[in-house]
Amino acid sequence: MESVLALLIGVMVAASVYLMLARNVLRFLFGLVLLSNAANLTIFTAGRLTPAAPPLVPEGMAGPVGVVANALPQALVLTAIVIGFGLFAFALVLVYRGYQSLGTLDSDAMRHAEPKLTAPDAASAKPKGEAS
Amino acid sequence: MSWLLALPIILPFITAVLVFLLRGRGSVGGWLSIGGCLLLLFASAALMVAVLDEGVIAAQMGAWPAPFGITLVADLLSAVMVVITTITGLAVAVYALSDIDVRREVLGYHALFQVLLAGVCGAFLTGDIFNLYVWFEVMLIASFGLLVLGGDKAQIDGGIKYVTLNLVSTVLFLSGIGLLYGLTGTLNMADLHLAVREVENQGLLTVVAVLFMVAFGVKAAVFPLFFWLPASYHTPPVAVSAVFAGLLTKVGVYALIRMFTLVFTNDTDYTHGLLLGVAVLTMITGVLGAAAQSDFRKILSFHIVSQIGYMILGLALYTPLALVGAVFYLVHHIIVKANLFLISGIARRLTGSFELSAIGGLYKSSPLLAVLFLVPAFSLAGFPPLSGFWAKFLLVKASLEIEAYLVAAAALVVGLLTIFSMTKIWAEAFWKPHPAGTAPALADLGRSELAALLLPVVFLAGLTVVIGLFPQPFVAFAERSAGQLLDPTDYVRAVLGGLP
Repeated sequence: MESVLALLIGVMVAASVYLMLARNVLRFLFGLVLLSNAANLTIFTAGRLTPAAPPLVPEGMAGPVGVVANALPQALVLTAIVIGFGLFAFALVLVYRGYQSLGTLDSDAMRHAEPKLTAPDAASAKPKGEAS
Repeated sequence: MSWLLALPIILPFITAVLVFLLRGRGSVGGWLSIGGCLLLLFASAALMVAVLDEGVIAAQMGAWPAPFGITLVADLLSAVMVVITTITGLAVAVYALSDIDVRREVLGYHALFQVLLAGVCGAFLTGDIFNLYVWFEVMLIASFGLLVLGGDKAQIDGGIKYVTLNLVSTVLFLSGIGLLYGLTGTLNMADLHLAVREVENQGLLTVVAVLFMVAFGVKAAVFPLFFWLPASYHTPPVAVSAVFAGLLTKVGVYALIRMFTLVFTNDTDYTHGLLLGVAVLTMITGVLGAAAQSDFRKILSFHIVSQIGYMILGLALYTPLALVGAVFYLVHHIIVKANLFLISGIARRLTGSFELSAIGGLYKSSPLLAVLFLVPAFSLAGFPPLSGFWAKFLLVKASLEIEAYLVAAAALVVGLLTIFSMTKIWAEAFWKPHPAGTAPALADLGRSELAALLLPVVFLAGLTVVIGLFPQPFVAFAERSAGQLLDPTDYVRAVLGGLP
């Protein structure tokens, strides 16, 4: 079972790297989602997959009885999913906002922060730093 | 004891809630933020005193015993990082009174700033590797907000690159955690220190170590992974980029130092050898990148990269003296770099631009600012008797001790090139006449503005001079701290209780 999941993770990572190499930022983001899910699956698989009982403590006992599944990786994955979801939502809005104000999704065309130097004095021609 | 450890994390969160509720009421938020930072400074000073008195202190959150629950732990390195974080935070909070416009204040600058401080302090104090991931995320999401707050075109542009590359590093970190957990069955750093020795497949452990190295390397902006930094740090307001420059990359460096002294010491020839190459290349590419720039903050951004190389160098050499140098360098660099960014903001306020060719005349119009610039600039380059000299001296001496002559030569040459960049700023911004007539003097800014802008700069420059003139207690402190890093027995005992 582990090897199947390991293969699946490999395929997901390969696909996500392919997506992230694209110049289109939206594709990059989709690759990122895939990559973060691959990471979640990695944690899940690394915690060992066993056909064991759920880790429930019977009433009146101090700990679970017999062999139970490892609950920790699931807690970790849950945390990671929540955080990842929040970050992805932010990144998506940021890219949308970038599309609105920069007018492009092509990362090569995003040169507002680092304008291309065409002539030696091009840097002085356009002072940047709209921030105050 | 446990409240002392939790306080530097809880306080900024409380302040964040308060300033968020009170935003848009003039300067109330700004003053509350300063008050919060002052309280935080007291709390971190108390923590520092406790650590100096009692050695490593640890606290189990939620009363779960050590390897199972979340541990907060402070050794000398953690404590000094928290103190220096709050000092920088205080300086920037004062500066923000004048630097942050009403629009950004209403959007919640102060709240995000406090959350950022909480995240940074949390990352320094946690003793659990998954918890470290969570604090990284808290820090990241706050920094994302601060970076794009206001929504200028350049900010959005820089923000996209910053966010995407940092998210990739986060995912790598997460995968590393998963694999390390799979190998050892624990997430507690002190427990990991013991558990990694039991791992049968030591080769696999090295692979995981490199995964961590790449993840933290992106955060710390080391050689092949630093591109997000110069692409974004010059876009937000100065009160944001100064705190980023001072603190964020240093969290990455701290995490590297922590993991590669406490956990991944199984194959130091390979991992630390790799780090050594990375460190030297980081120093050189950073300083060369700076030489090619002509924007005040872009030059400084590239110098962050270059200076990160020195800190990694201290870790990579992995001798007692080198670690002393790394710890000393961390503290010195945070003060100096945050200060230089703050000064760049004042220079822009006076002359109207960050672009060096479009400004000038500052030496004539505001000689005080010129002096204040020279202190951190010379310190950065490593002039005696300023703090940077001692930091570089320790590292060069450490590399000479183990006969790494090439490394020592690289460190010295990079110092020389740093002077080149600093003189470029000096000649362009301070010496040559302003291209459009004269620059306004400092006094033209108005008294309250001036106080908010200059006080933090004077304070941080004073600290640099003090560390430079009286280095002995700081070096002695760094020595003790490096001792704790190299021999984590105390750390492990403090976290795990009676266990060896």
